[in-house]
Amino acid sequence: MSQAWIYTIVYFAWLIGAACFVLGLHLMNSPATGRNGNRLSAAGMVLAVSATLIDLIVRPEGLSGTAAVIIVVGFGLGGGAGLYTARTVKMTAMPQLVSLFNAVGGGAAALVAIDDFIRLAGGGADISTTIFVVLGVVFGSVTFSGSLIAGGKLQGLIPGKPIVVPGGQILTIAIAIIALVGTVALILGAAGVLALSSTASILLLGLIVAAGLIFGITMVLPIGGADMPVVISLLNALTGTAAAMAGFVIGNPVLIIAGALVGASGTILTNLMAKAMNRSVLNVMAGGFGTGDSATGVVAGGAGASVREVSADDAAIQLAYAQSVIIVPGYGLAVAQAQHQVRELAELLEAKGVDVKYAIHPVAGRMPGHMNVLLAEANVPYPQLKEMDEINPDFDRCDVALVVGANDVTNPAARNPGSPISGMPILDVDHAKSIIVIKRSMGHGYAGIDNELYSNPKTGMLFADAKEGLAALTAAVKAV
Amino acid sequence: MSQELLNALALFVLAILVGFEVISKVPATLHTPLMSGANSIHGIVLVGGMLIAAEADNPLSYLLAFVAMTFGAMNVVGGYVVTDRMLQMFRKRTTPAAAPSAEQGEGRN
Repeated sequence: MSQAWIYTIVYFAWLIGAACFVLGLHLMNSPATGRNGNRLSAAGMVLAVSATLIDLIVRPEGLSGTAAVIIVVGFGLGGGAGLYTARTVKMTAMPQLVSLFNAVGGGAAALVAIDDFIRLAGGGADISTTIFVVLGVVFGSVTFSGSLIAGGKLQGLIPGKPIVVPGGQILTIAIAIIALVGTVALILGAAGVLALSSTASILLLGLIVAAGLIFGITMVLPIGGADMPVVISLLNALTGTAAAMAGFVIGNPVLIIAGALVGASGTILTNLMAKAMNRSVLNVMAGGFGTGDSATGVVAGGAGASVREVSADDAAIQLAYAQSVIIVPGYGLAVAQAQHQVRELAELLEAKGVDVKYAIHPVAGRMPGHMNVLLAEANVPYPQLKEMDEINPDFDRCDVALVVGANDVTNPAARNPGSPISGMPILDVDHAKSIIVIKRSMGHGYAGIDNELYSNPKTGMLFADAKEGLAALTAAVKAV
Repeated sequence: MSQELLNALALFVLAILVGFEVISKVPATLHTPLMSGANSIHGIVLVGGMLIAAEADNPLSYLLAFVAMTFGAMNVVGGYVVTDRMLQMFRKRTTPAAAPSAEQGEGRN
């Protein structure tokens, strides 16, 4: 077969792979087909990678021994590490793992662009290649260091609270100027206006890489732990764009298509997440908001408004004799890793003939949909999980609403103007006949304001950690 | 700009539009698996790592290609496996009320 024929077949394989990515994402529309969608996408990946490998082997110049070793050992090492961590990670730690995978993807995109630039630095890089290299390198290195910091914050390696570096903004501006000057110099060099030796242009690129890495760190450090999902999503989109830029640099269609797909999806997802929290993406990036995993709030009853405290036994009686119960799980449940306890309580109530449903706010947990994953992991039947719009009318007919570690998403203050969370979509928990709130303390939620729900006469507060509170409730319900 | 570059730009713009259209239809409950799935797709940069490995001819290039391969492979393999783990949990149980706790633990890896 001639070389042109082989390249045509490989190109087709890349296009089929790209089509699998699109169709796979489309199948992720519904829980029923989602898994097949992911498998289709994986099949596309296997096809694209195999076709590339065959292309490299049958090239006239062949695949050198060193290159073969690099490909096989690199794949084995990285693939093995990815497989092991993905298999063993606890589902509650999953967001930081996604962040880590995002970091290495961004790093790989930056390295591909850097390597190609070094090869061309002898004078082969034209203006457009230089621009794509710089964009790929900047996006890739920002997402590499930024995702590592974001993952570190979620893992607790770096404090979740916003870290404000004195003079941080000036530093950020200085870095941006350095990167910009470096970029302009490189473009002028490519245009022939500026005479740059290959060493000089490689050093300039190194400067841009360093600026990108530092920018990633200074961008994420001042952002609170609770905002990390938005940040990771944004960085995910950025990695996609970096991969597309790397695709332009090496002239590969499948990198361009897949990277652009991810760039678009990540952007949409980032906006949706920020909107659900009633914030803008810019507002999130400005940082200094959100306290992350603040385990220590104000002591029980510390806040001014009078609240009614309820014992586990009293709460259990209410639950056991209810017709219908809606459970509202929140961030606190995810932090306490109490998803198995909540499922146990729900099954116990169902055995007593109580109708149990879960009300899932779009941003419950640490990422949109994270709560669904956590509850699904604990074997909560998927049909019991109701989205906000679907469940809200049901609160009017519900006997007891059990709020576990959720705060701002239940605050009726969002319905009135003049509150920081005004206009945020909330769960109509206060419409239930009776409300039980399991919460560690009267500490504030993410928005830092009082929750009017807690001072509602219908509300009983059960002050406990989500896990302990649910265990106590389960024991008490068994005793009823 | 070369014709090749113009074609690549057209591909880029169309792929962005397809991405917007495909993604905007996904319900919020699946956003985390979706994000993870999209995350594994940008692991396609692995192909880039293979191409630069094949052209490498000096120690620096070997090193860059090796790290890019390792990173890309970790992104791809880990990404798809963790997404699959998430999605397999969304399976439906036909008789939720009749599912006793004896079944717990099933479906976890």
